[in-house]
Amino acid sequence: MGEFKVHRVRFFDYMPTAIRAMAFNAHTERLALARMDGSVEIFNFTDHYFQEKVIPGKDSRSTESLCWVGGRLFSAGLNGEITEYDLENLRPKYSLEAYGGPIWTIISNTQGTQLAIGCEDGTVKLFEVLEEHIQFERNLDRQKGRIISLSWHPSGTHIAAGMMDMIRVFDVPTGHAVQRLLVDRGFGGSKSQETVVWSVAFLSDHTVVSGDSAGKVQVWDGHTGTLVKTHLVTKWDVLALSVSKDESSVVAGTSEGTVIQFQFIAPTLHQQQDKEWVRTRTFKNHTHDVRALAEIETAIVSGGMDTHLVVRPLLEKFDEKSHASGLRKIHFPHRNLVSCAKKAGLLLFQFPGQLELWRLGDSDGHGKPGDRLPLKRKPEKLLLLKRKGEDHICCSALSSCGGWLAYSTVSCVRIYRLQTDNNNISITKVSKLPKALRSAHQLCFSSDSSKMFAASSQSSVLVIALTQSECKYVHTLKPKSGSRQPIHLMTTSVDGKWLAAANSDCEIRVYNLQKLKLHCIVPVYGSCPSAMGIHPTTNNMTVVHADQQLFEYSIVEKQYTDWSRKLQKQGLHNVWLDRDTPVTHVTFNPKNPNQVVLHDMHMFCIIDQSLPLPDQKTQFYNQMTLRSLSEQERPSHLHAFKICKTFQDLLCVSLLDDQSLVVVERPLLAITSQLPAPVRQKKFAT
Amino acid sequence: MATLFEGFTLCGLVQTQSASDSAIQGIELDGDSDHAVVTDSTRAVTLYKVSDQKPLGSWTVKQGQLLTCPAVFNFQTNEYVVVSDNKVIRVWKEEDLHLDKAFKATVSADVWRVHSAPGGEPVVLFQRGAVRLLDSLLSAPQQPIEDILSEEEKEVIRWSTNIVAEKQHFVLFTTEQKGEHFLYVQRLNPNTLQKYRLEREDSRAPPLSFSASLRDKHINLLYLYPNGCVYQSVVAVQGPVGLEGVQALPRSLRLRLPVGEGELGAASAVALDEAHVAVVGMPHPSARTGKDFLCIWNTNFQTLQADKEMVGRICGQVGILRIVWCYLGKLFVPHGKALSVIPYECQKSSLASALGKLRHPGIAVSKSSVAIPSWNTLLHGDQPQGPTKIVDSRKSVLTVVHLQPFQTGPVEEVRREVEALVSRGDAQDLQLSVGRLACQLVARSQVETAFYAPGALARLVKTQCLCHSMCPDLLLLALEHKDYFLCQLCLQLFPDIPEVVTCACLKTFIGNEVLQTPYSDNLLVPHLKDLNAPQVILFLQYLQFIYLKYSQDVYTQTPVLRSPTMTQIIDWVCLLLDAHFTVLVMAPDAKGLLSNLQSFVKSQVKLFSELGKIEGSLQELHKMKPSKDISQYSIEVIELF
Repeated sequence: MGEFKVHRVRFFDYMPTAIRAMAFNAHTERLALARMDGSVEIFNFTDHYFQEKVIPGKDSRSTESLCWVGGRLFSAGLNGEITEYDLENLRPKYSLEAYGGPIWTIISNTQGTQLAIGCEDGTVKLFEVLEEHIQFERNLDRQKGRIISLSWHPSGTHIAAGMMDMIRVFDVPTGHAVQRLLVDRGFGGSKSQETVVWSVAFLSDHTVVSGDSAGKVQVWDGHTGTLVKTHLVTKWDVLALSVSKDESSVVAGTSEGTVIQFQFIAPTLHQQQDKEWVRTRTFKNHTHDVRALAEIETAIVSGGMDTHLVVRPLLEKFDEKSHASGLRKIHFPHRNLVSCAKKAGLLLFQFPGQLELWRLGDSDGHGKPGDRLPLKRKPEKLLLLKRKGEDHICCSALSSCGGWLAYSTVSCVRIYRLQTDNNNISITKVSKLPKALRSAHQLCFSSDSSKMFAASSQSSVLVIALTQSECKYVHTLKPKSGSRQPIHLMTTSVDGKWLAAANSDCEIRVYNLQKLKLHCIVPVYGSCPSAMGIHPTTNNMTVVHADQQLFEYSIVEKQYTDWSRKLQKQGLHNVWLDRDTPVTHVTFNPKNPNQVVLHDMHMFCIIDQSLPLPDQKTQFYNQMTLRSLSEQERPSHLHAFKICKTFQDLLCVSLLDDQSLVVVERPLLAITSQLPAPVRQKKFAT
Repeated sequence: MATLFEGFTLCGLVQTQSASDSAIQGIELDGDSDHAVVTDSTRAVTLYKVSDQKPLGSWTVKQGQLLTCPAVFNFQTNEYVVVSDNKVIRVWKEEDLHLDKAFKATVSADVWRVHSAPGGEPVVLFQRGAVRLLDSLLSAPQQPIEDILSEEEKEVIRWSTNIVAEKQHFVLFTTEQKGEHFLYVQRLNPNTLQKYRLEREDSRAPPLSFSASLRDKHINLLYLYPNGCVYQSVVAVQGPVGLEGVQALPRSLRLRLPVGEGELGAASAVALDEAHVAVVGMPHPSARTGKDFLCIWNTNFQTLQADKEMVGRICGQVGILRIVWCYLGKLFVPHGKALSVIPYECQKSSLASALGKLRHPGIAVSKSSVAIPSWNTLLHGDQPQGPTKIVDSRKSVLTVVHLQPFQTGPVEEVRREVEALVSRGDAQDLQLSVGRLACQLVARSQVETAFYAPGALARLVKTQCLCHSMCPDLLLLALEHKDYFLCQLCLQLFPDIPEVVTCACLKTFIGNEVLQTPYSDNLLVPHLKDLNAPQVILFLQYLQFIYLKYSQDVYTQTPVLRSPTMTQIIDWVCLLLDAHFTVLVMAPDAKGLLSNLQSFVKSQVKLFSELGKIEGSLQELHKMKPSKDISQYSIEVIELF
């Protein structure tokens, strides 16, 4: 296949923020996850944990708690507001001031008719959930001290509230506090400190389970208000609790990074009646505070200060080892934060608060494989562009010539003209933007930089014409029917004729840009597309889905290509299918039409369509073997998937027009090293 | 263990005017390991072939001239170098016949010594402490030489040597000034000089001898005082560069030699290896005074390992501080009218060889009583307090035990007396008295055949103050009387049973205890050969039985005090096979046994080869780990196939 010059880039200081809260919707199997920067992510647990939606954060928004009501998502935070999200337009639908000071928690009853929030001022406020809105209903009896955590009894009649040093049980119809459960303080020095009841869970049999800052998980009888059992699980805080659907298991997340499971079981086989809450398992997949937890049907989902989401399957729920029974850690977003100007050799890095534009370095040396070439020119940060306003950047794009740059927040789109001559760079903001262009879920430029496309509401795409002096609205490509879900992927063909857009309902629409109308809809496949690209010469579109399936679709002929059919017939190799991070980028080799370049977090792959496909018996990762073989033996061992795992923790792999690869790595170690120190734990001999 | 072999006379010595003066200034090596360059105290340098005891060449300076420093060999140019009349450096080759015609150069200051060692250029040490490389000095002989030691303060060099480490070259010299002694460590390239003050001995006597050696990147200086104390000081090779002034040189007592009455006159100690010191000019601890001995002491265990009487007085000269030389396994000792060469051998001194092999660690710890120095403290380099006290007590403490009942009383009375003694005595005294008492009782038993006091002896052994060498006949006596209980007790508690006795026990009975007895392989094998074939087969069968028993529950095996370890069993099997293999091969009833043994050896070999493979793979894996530090940006070339 040959040698490649690789620009190995590690200067993108991408830093995810800590996970603060999560809520799992058992009905739709979507996990909503809130981060410290106010952003909310939606993961589809039926589709390989694909991150299908991201609602960008906002400076003033701090989310403390999330709550699903049916398909609607609410959050509340320390800014004192309740927010409902518009999941089609990936933005807050409205925010409502609750007038109770900072809000610590938000819950709904099982019927989905009411919301309850716990406020700093000691009130529990009930809101009625209406069709398009929520409305304040009443306060429960006001307490002294803040309400930190809430749990609604499944019957809807009672609410347990975790406070400072105590738990209150409220009767919802009357609004009176009916029980007061006093929570012990910690021992020693922490005796003088109030105990914060970080989390409560109210079970059907009126058992209340609490987790507190003294490191205890306590089981209470909610009828009598008596303590049943205390489990001291950590010297630090128990921050989060989650109950399984059948209420047979409770998991607790601690500051030590552990998740501890308690199960409601009989201590001996003979006395099946006398069940009690027994501490059973400890999982340690985090280094820092576990702030958010969800026990779902087959797994425990956890997240916290160390920023990654962990799905820990409960192995007793699986009969055999399968894709779903493996531990999942989700470190990186399932979308691109890096844009690459292939002609100009520029990289654009997207942060929530700013954009960075870099010019790659250069080397005129030649070397053997494995060599590191001497640098003639170092990489250079050309531009640091800070966003205006409070809203975080949700998408950005760089034209392949490097002359245009655009980004969008939920409230505005900005386009800039870039001019680089030799070492000088000038940036000009395009002042007059079309009114229709208010916000975009995705942005992309045509390959000749004459047009920009912005994915707008209801799966529509705005076409904007760019000239030196101005940018002009041309057309809105709007689907007549079908899904209104947001577009998360967009790509154009090099000849400027085709535009493909994929939304989170798995629909891929191909538009004819000359006629400005829908050309075709790619047959809908059951898994969300995670990356796609249109071939520069054949106009075949390669689509990779969250379940790792790979298709090639001929736009011109409106059908899958022969190669794609062959691949589907033979089936992808199990090693390929078992990978646990989605492919996030597809690009092509302009010099060799047979080559498709794609990557996930742990590898990049060059597919050579001229070579035979590997069958299940073929050694899939065969680069090492091929290297050891002689020139003559090699051809008989070749197959189409050439995988390179030299580079790890990949955020972007792209092929420049000069045939050199750009690899953007963000080592997890570098992320870890920027985290605050974990709580001190006594280790042996320290 | 160390051994002194039969020596021979290299050459006769001319008696000098004063009996205390040495007739030899120095003995040096040259390029041939069998050569010795001997410089006498006046005018002659003689080259000897040591093994032939034959002079190969001799060079003298003219009458009236005097050699003032021992001749050395320049290993880089294959020339000899000597200094005459303090200032004239003479350089010649082996084929040169006359020293007068050889190259000479007069330098501007008095030379103390020229030092040379393989791997380094010769260095010249001047009497006032300056150091020059020979080459650079000879290129400009009249160059000014600075004074390191001040004339007014009367600081004079007493002893010097040089040490060539891998890349570093040191000149060490000691000086005396107003009763104080100093050590100078001069590093060459780059030149640094560090001065240390030696701790003053209570008697204010000057050290009798110095010896320096390089070990583990440290210079070990060993020095002997007239009161018999041998101290060691350690100076790091990577010394404290940049430290100004005089540092105190900490010392540790390595050995306290019994000096008899009075103090040593001329004596010299030289370190042979990390554990052995050769000492000449001191009386033997158990011989009459007035005779000089060459002794090898083990400093780790404070034991006398080998000794040899030197006929005639050891020739020494106070102030020269050197009356013994040690090169390549040979000691050169001028004494009486001859220069003797005595080959020696020091086996690697370790706990295993000094104490015997594979003592169960549990036992070893439990035995750290008074009789045996605490191995832990010894191994960790602490001051050997215990043994020093032993030596002291041997000399000074007179026990107050009444020996009367032990010499004549009946068995029962002896037992009672022993019991009383043991229960009353404090540890220090007990040790001495127990030893004496045991010897007494054993001696009496040997004389009076009717007398045998097993209870009393067992009680004495149980005090753990006894060891085999203190009372060598005890175990044999027990064997003779078939007192297996006492035998077992001795085997358990004595750390120093000779291999021959171990074998003797083995012939009489096979037990756990024998296997655990300490031994040294090469000393045991000859004695094992004394066993006859049926004994060997029986013993092997027994070993195989316990081996199999252990292999079955190797994971559940708890360290029992009295059971031999796996390794001990295997070692014994190996030893027995070594000693008797030919006999066993011939014996038909050993066939099954041998094939069984072979099969488990095979399985062991296979296991180890597999482990070796795993180790190799793991090392490869280790190597594969990217060692490159990866920067923020690089352009690399990869190849895909």
